[in-house]
Amino acid sequence: MNAHGRPWLGSWVAAILAWIVTVAVGHGQGAGDLISAALSFSAFTVLVSLGQMLVISSGPGNVDLSIPSAIALSSALAMIVMNGDNTMIVPGLMVAIVAGAAVGLFNVALIRLLRIPPIIATLSGSMIVMSTAISFGRGLKIKPPPMFSAFVAERVFGLPLLALVALAITAAVWLLLERTVLGRSIAAIGQNRRAARLAGVQVERTRLLTYLICGALAGLTGALIAGFSGGNSLDQGDEYLLLTIAVVVIGGSSVSGGRPCVPGVWGAALLMFMLVAMLNSAGAGPGLRTLSTGVIIIAVIALGGARARGAGKL
Amino acid sequence: MSLTAARLRALLPALALAALLAAVFWRQPRAMSYFGLNLLLNLAMPIIFATLAQMMIMALGDLDLSIGPFVSLAATIGATVLPQQPAWGVAALAAAIGVYAVAGALVERRKLPSIVVTLGLSFVWLGCAVMLLPTPGGRSPQWLIDALRWKAPVLPLPIWTACIAALLGHLLITRSAFGTAVRGLGGNAAAMAKAGWSTLRLRATVYAAAGGFGVVAGLMLLGQSTSADANIASRYTLISVAAVILGGGEFSGGRVSPVGAVIGALTMTLAASFLTFLSIAPDWQIGMQGLILIGVLGLRAAIDRWEERA
Repeated sequence: MNAHGRPWLGSWVAAILAWIVTVAVGHGQGAGDLISAALSFSAFTVLVSLGQMLVISSGPGNVDLSIPSAIALSSALAMIVMNGDNTMIVPGLMVAIVAGAAVGLFNVALIRLLRIPPIIATLSGSMIVMSTAISFGRGLKIKPPPMFSAFVAERVFGLPLLALVALAITAAVWLLLERTVLGRSIAAIGQNRRAARLAGVQVERTRLLTYLICGALAGLTGALIAGFSGGNSLDQGDEYLLLTIAVVVIGGSSVSGGRPCVPGVWGAALLMFMLVAMLNSAGAGPGLRTLSTGVIIIAVIALGGARARGAGKL
Repeated sequence: MSLTAARLRALLPALALAALLAAVFWRQPRAMSYFGLNLLLNLAMPIIFATLAQMMIMALGDLDLSIGPFVSLAATIGATVLPQQPAWGVAALAAAIGVYAVAGALVERRKLPSIVVTLGLSFVWLGCAVMLLPTPGGRSPQWLIDALRWKAPVLPLPIWTACIAALLGHLLITRSAFGTAVRGLGGNAAAMAKAGWSTLRLRATVYAAAGGFGVVAGLMLLGQSTSADANIASRYTLISVAAVILGGGEFSGGRVSPVGAVIGALTMTLAASFLTFLSIAPDWQIGMQGLILIGVLGLRAAIDRWEERA
């Protein structure tokens, strides 16, 4: 997939090293539990980051800042539709996915109509989506249906079911990128928009689809997070604003577009979890953990994680 | 004076601000006083300086995702170290500006995307702030509180601050050699390097200048709220980007307007506080900022289309 060797390798090696250190500090206790917890929590990060990866890969300047608001909106809507009722789980999930995709559509409409950079379009759009989510979700205290809570906490052969769902979607995204016209088109418009257009690629339709998929994945994740944490809250998606961009770039995808790296998304998501676990086991407080995360992000990028053409270009 | 498309485009931020002010005055005539304006625009003061910081970075064609946490860190240092050990407090603030400069140099030297480097920096600033102040608290130095409560003559302090910031920003960007070099680097870095400028030193200096504006924003915010919190300014990152764009700045680099940025910051603040003045539920504060941003950008796009057709 990538001409530059294996861009995903670095994040995987770093994640495994962090796991080994954590286990060594804990004298070999809980090595398996740690992996299981990492898989559970990484599942959410992977789902939203895959969408962000598609958006970023569709060309320089494309990035989705509306993921937190899409999560806030879809988790509130999912809980309202499900209303604690087992029979309404599937409709609730559908509504969450559609709401997320609608946010994606809104983003593209703003980009096209206002002719503004995607960062500004998704930023201003997210402000409106967030207010909508606030007015739907304020003071909402609906518990997820019991069967839904059980589903998100379920384990299959010792592995969290959520991680398997995320893995299946990862495989689907990989197939999409590698084996479909749409996937090749995303890489083509990301590498050279003009050349892609001259070659007959439907540039705008391809870009629209990346934002739609990104929104839909954020919507699905919103519903799953609400199920996992026993209800929705408006700040559930806040951390994914920066985390998704970090995961995509540390995972080896090019931030200037055209070179998505699917396995790297898992490596980077696991790395982000393992880093916190490692610093925790070393007795670091929350401040030092955050500080070290930042230093490691910069170090990974500076040591050749990101391949961008030209300084500073988005 | 004919109203050309270009002039209309340049006036748009000011017109948006005037429209918002008119709406507030229409519903609350009492706001049209020294105290009313002070209350209405007070929160804009730190946002103006955060926006100028973002503008410096965007003038290079870069983007700063860390200005919000940086402003929080500056406020946190001001509320913890500065009152007890003033010398160490000043040293800590200077060191933070130094780290900004190093980040700028790193972006230039390794040709890294600024968005990722500043994303990492945002975690660094937040981590430092949490270490200094794990729970909200601390206390602003008294001189800072007094300075921000100062009853300025004729016009309230926020308006003076906005005018002075806009004037100084304008002089810095359009009238100084440094400002010309900054716009040159944003517009065509290769040409600047050929002309003998050290792009490394230049980018580092611009990042340091952004850090300087960030410190001013943090201390103003602290003086207003008298105590700090590690997340006190986390929303400033996105607000500052929005304000720069609202004021007519562009992502492509080299094109920024300090006066526009200040107006943009005032407009974003007013968009949020405006609803409280009209006693509408605060649920729509963020949405209102988004709507105004979309409205102004939509008008700008419409003017462009009109101009193309003409």
